[in-house]
Amino acid sequence: MKNRIAAFLLGTALAFGAGSAAFAQDKAIKIGVLTDNSGLYSDLGGAGSTLAAQMAVEDSGLAKKGWKIDIVSADHQNKPDIAVNTARQWIDVDKVDIFMDVLNSGVALAVNNLVKEKNAIMINTGAASSDLTNAQCSPNTIHWVYDTYMLANSTGQALVKAGGDSWYFLTADYAFGHALERDTTAVVVKSGGKVIGGVKHPLNTADFSSFLLQAQASKAKIIGMANAGGDTTNTIKQASEFGIVAGGQKLAGLLLFITDVHSLGLKVAQGLNFTETFYWDLNDGTRAFSKRFSERSKNKAQPSMVQAGVYSGLIHYFKALEAMGGNPHDGAKVVAKMKEMPTDDPLFGAGSIRADGRKIHPAYLFEVKKPEESKGPWDYYKLIGTTPGDKAFRPLSESACPLVKK
Amino acid sequence: MQALYAQLLVGLINGSFYALLSLGLAVIFGMLNIINFAHGAVYMMGAFCAYFLLNVMGIGYWPALIIAPIAVGIFGMILERTMLQWLSGLDHLYGLLLTFGIALIIQGVFQNYFGSSGLPYAIPDELKGGINLGFMFLPIYRGWVVVFSLVVCLATWYLIEKTRLGANLRAATENPTLVRAFGINVPRMITLTYGLGVGLAALAGVLSAPINQVRPLMGADLIIVVFAVVVIGGMGSIMGSIITGFALGVIEGLTKYFYPEASNTVVFVLMVLVLLVKPTGLTGRATT
Repeated sequence: MKNRIAAFLLGTALAFGAGSAAFAQDKAIKIGVLTDNSGLYSDLGGAGSTLAAQMAVEDSGLAKKGWKIDIVSADHQNKPDIAVNTARQWIDVDKVDIFMDVLNSGVALAVNNLVKEKNAIMINTGAASSDLTNAQCSPNTIHWVYDTYMLANSTGQALVKAGGDSWYFLTADYAFGHALERDTTAVVVKSGGKVIGGVKHPLNTADFSSFLLQAQASKAKIIGMANAGGDTTNTIKQASEFGIVAGGQKLAGLLLFITDVHSLGLKVAQGLNFTETFYWDLNDGTRAFSKRFSERSKNKAQPSMVQAGVYSGLIHYFKALEAMGGNPHDGAKVVAKMKEMPTDDPLFGAGSIRADGRKIHPAYLFEVKKPEESKGPWDYYKLIGTTPGDKAFRPLSESACPLVKK
Repeated sequence: MQALYAQLLVGLINGSFYALLSLGLAVIFGMLNIINFAHGAVYMMGAFCAYFLLNVMGIGYWPALIIAPIAVGIFGMILERTMLQWLSGLDHLYGLLLTFGIALIIQGVFQNYFGSSGLPYAIPDELKGGINLGFMFLPIYRGWVVVFSLVVCLATWYLIEKTRLGANLRAATENPTLVRAFGINVPRMITLTYGLGVGLAALAGVLSAPINQVRPLMGADLIIVVFAVVVIGGMGSIMGSIITGFALGVIEGLTKYFYPEASNTVVFVLMVLVLLVKPTGLTGRATT
């Protein structure tokens, strides 16, 4: 009897304690933008991602409601070890709640494990590998903007349909390139095409002429570039030099960003097909955001889809925290709440987050305009096809993610 | 077999960049005893200079081939006068650290203003198009790069090894005090030599602008390979670095064909092998 009373008292005390904790809910948030601030991807993420995070904080209006939000940013130099060290320090010492951007698939997969172990959150807007929501999926990670499956599915299918049924791959030799090649190969084969060869080149290669000659000799109709950033722009530039497009072969940019097109110039880039999920000139919502963004960005650049994703992801994160009434500092719990709520913002439109952490929204197939079609700086894309959100990404039935109940 | 010829030719093209850059390094090291880590940065500045000449002043490729190396060469001479000259006589390490720091600053400044993805620069109209050689399609511009850099390399070699000016220069590195006694202004000569080395790098930068994107990090990506070339060729040896430059371009090209994953590494494997067998490099002489 005595014990039962004691237990009862203890239970009451615990309930009371928990109740009072809920009453004094913590309203502090710390955001960590972990990105490439100095290397080859710094234009598509970098300082622009931090700016997008700042804009999300300002637009959320949470500061007026008594929330305290801090942003920290660091350069991971595209090195997984540096990224994991920074992330560990951010979580353990600086109490960072959420990681944004985290571009580069090698880095993202490494940080993914740490974030899960420490029960933090990662909204990945920059890395491409679809493994983040497949075999490597985590209850703490949301993959926001795009992935290799979606790129392959949209661009690959469209090109095979247009008659490009034989492929040769130029693949960046690391996690991202391998994933992109694998996913594209699957789509090409499924759509009735075949892959007749490929070559893996080291990351950050300056001269592609050897590889391009091999691609040329293969006589494949499509040369798929499973690489990104400077590697892609150099490939495109040198392919035009070697007369590859003039010789009847077509280049497929499997992952191209607006910053790449800007740096190539329309003269070289015209006619390229590729897929993105955000373009500044899509609709009034994207234009309004991009105008504010470019006024504050370096060189008046328009936002890339990675940077737009940082904004959109944080807006949804803030909504979830507001609905919860405070920040529980429990990554898995917040992510679960975010998955419950439908997403909606002017940049990516209405959407949702699936059980495997995949954010769902439409994918747009673009073609780069000819120089005479462009009306001014950054007017680069023509929309030539849209894949609705439910068709754009890997179907849950094919998922290897343990979070998906089958 | 056809593919092999093509790879050999492509290797030769890359080799000409290695040769031009390592030549400049070899000149600077041979004459000034400075390990010039800023070489990649001045190569990049050459390319940017060509970009600005075209887009700001409307000056095309051909004048840029002359103006950019001179402009960047002058920048180099200012560097030498204001900073590097104070390091003469000190350990190599000081020069290395100073130039490395300078390179980081230059790259950082360019990256801050122009971002990382780079700027477009088109091939001049006269050199557009290509010739079908049967075994490969050779872009005219690439052919031009090989011929032009070969001429520049040989001219530099001639200047230093065969002319009176070159003889004075070599004498000045051997024994500056004695050469000064003959009434030759040694410090000025050293400044000019540094300017020449830097100018060669800038020239390589202009040559590469139409092929590669003009990016702040374009030199940083290349410079390590070029150092390996100089080490393999023999530190400070002019002809050695020219020949090794071309040879390594070819070897790298072949690796890209037979085992592309190793194409980044093959140069360094060779460097290790050469250092193990002949620590002074292929053409270097042992120093006492």
